[in-house]
Amino acid sequence: MTPTMAGLGIAFGRVAFVMLFVLTMGGLLTWVERKQSAVMQDRIGANRASIFGLRLLGLFHPLADAIKMLTKEDFLPARADRTLFTLAPFVSVVSALVAFAAIPFGDVLRAGGREIPLQAVTLNAGILYVFAMLSLGVFGVMMAGWASANNYALLGGQRAAALMISAEVAIGASIMGVAMVYGSLDMMEIIRGQGAPLLPQWFGDWIPKWGIFTQLPAFILFLAAGMAATKRIPFDFPEGESEIIGYFVEYSGMKFGMFMMADFVETVVIAGLTTALFLGGWQVPYLAGDGFRFPWGATVALAQPLVALLQVLAFCLKVAVVCWFLMLIRWTLPRFRYDQAMRLGWLGLFPLSILNVAATGLVLVAWRGP
Amino acid sequence: MKFRQRFYLAEVLIGLGVTAAHFFVNLGRHTAHHVFGRKTVPGAVTFQYPEERRPYSPRLRSLHRLVRREDGSPRCVACMMCETVCPAHCIYIVAAEHPNQDIEKYPERFDIDLGKCVFCGYCVEACPEDAIRMDTGILEFSSYSRLGMIYTKETLLALEPAGPDGTPRSPISIPPDRRP
Ligand code: SF4
Ligand code: SF4
Repeated sequence: MTPTMAGLGIAFGRVAFVMLFVLTMGGLLTWVERKQSAVMQDRIGANRASIFGLRLLGLFHPLADAIKMLTKEDFLPARADRTLFTLAPFVSVVSALVAFAAIPFGDVLRAGGREIPLQAVTLNAGILYVFAMLSLGVFGVMMAGWASANNYALLGGQRAAALMISAEVAIGASIMGVAMVYGSLDMMEIIRGQGAPLLPQWFGDWIPKWGIFTQLPAFILFLAAGMAATKRIPFDFPEGESEIIGYFVEYSGMKFGMFMMADFVETVVIAGLTTALFLGGWQVPYLAGDGFRFPWGATVALAQPLVALLQVLAFCLKVAVVCWFLMLIRWTLPRFRYDQAMRLGWLGLFPLSILNVAATGLVLVAWRGP
Repeated sequence: MKFRQRFYLAEVLIGLGVTAAHFFVNLGRHTAHHVFGRKTVPGAVTFQYPEERRPYSPRLRSLHRLVRREDGSPRCVACMMCETVCPAHCIYIVAAEHPNQDIEKYPERFDIDLGKCVFCGYCVEACPEDAIRMDTGILEFSSYSRLGMIYTKETLLALEPAGPDGTPRSPISIPPDRRP
């Protein structure tokens, strides 16, 4: 693509869309967290923040939170390392934010003689990039623990680092199976591969070849490890807000808010990854590039931009549903102890995902021939 | 632990089923409530506190009040029983001569320091005249200063007993340092 003004504008638009999507979802998740937990527990949930008497089911609470965080004292402990202490929340939140860049939110959009891939950056090893960025988040946490000059924070940082490493290993191993089935590390290719019908000789065109059908064990392992990577309940012992105090014990004001935000953004990223790898990403069942082609023979022709729009909407909806599911887990399970989570990570998720890779390899060889 | 429980996944799924069922049932009830105006089954057990109050038990010990005679003067005869029995030493009475010789005494001052009071109710038990009661139903009397927690005779005399379901009938007095 020649760097014309239009090209630049399109590139900017792609990045802006992803940024806005992730930030909006992250902000909304604070509301969802309050309301969903309330509805699950027969409560009403936060509903008092109002603008001119308008309450809107408590939708203004994230706004009120932001104002509160911004106007609070930004406290710097006397013996803290000033640079690292300030840098840590930024590292956390930025690495979580940029991780979403390689996750495609739609197929190509053909408009005005251009082919625009609906993805912030096109990378042929997109999965690896997302992992690299997700694992960078642990540096922010460790920096926070170290720079606070507080032993409890340091211990919390170490717990976080141990958890993140065990989770990353399991995530990496569990998606290997997916990469093997679809034969690519490019997220776009993996999602395109999921549009094909699953086992057409048995089911015809009825079931799409989504990752959750081809790689169910990997899906469960990935979800468990992904929950761990977000450092939220049931894996929230790095922080343990109710009794053991964690890595951000010395943080206040917006810096603390940024750590909170990083957790929510990581939830969105994990939801995006789950959608892209296991739920067919932007695929709408039976929607091809030129309209619907139902397995019973009916067809509905659609213009290409409309198809692209449907795909983007499908992606957003799937991410929202996965976020809801992650919240459901978070408000159902009690917290693991440190040793339990370590045992789960290293003796449960990791060997099982390796086993899954081996089994997938055997099945693939048996199926397609060597 | 049974094998199934050790395996964990099945148990997690059962738990998720329980919470998800609560979520969808309550969501349906909220929708019926807000969208279709059907308020038979509430979707939540929440009381929207300052506007809605739970009915209090009639035995609840809430803010004290001094019982009045028919002419409005305190029924208290300043016998100091309550002051003596109070384990928190938070009642302060100054007695004065009552014009009526049969009554003998009345409290010139009757202060309760609610910042110290432990709400044991002994003062009510000890009173031979049934002159002090803890049945106003008022529980909200926080203050930004210690002085604001000291309730005087005039304030205590003005309070009314709570209604049958425990709702306060006298205005909830706001200490001066909490007035907007
Ligand atoms: S309730 Fe107990 S502590 Fe309070 S004033 Fe009466 S006797 Fe004293
Ligand atoms: S015990 Fe009753 S009568 Fe005696 S001083 Fe106390 S309130 Fe008055």
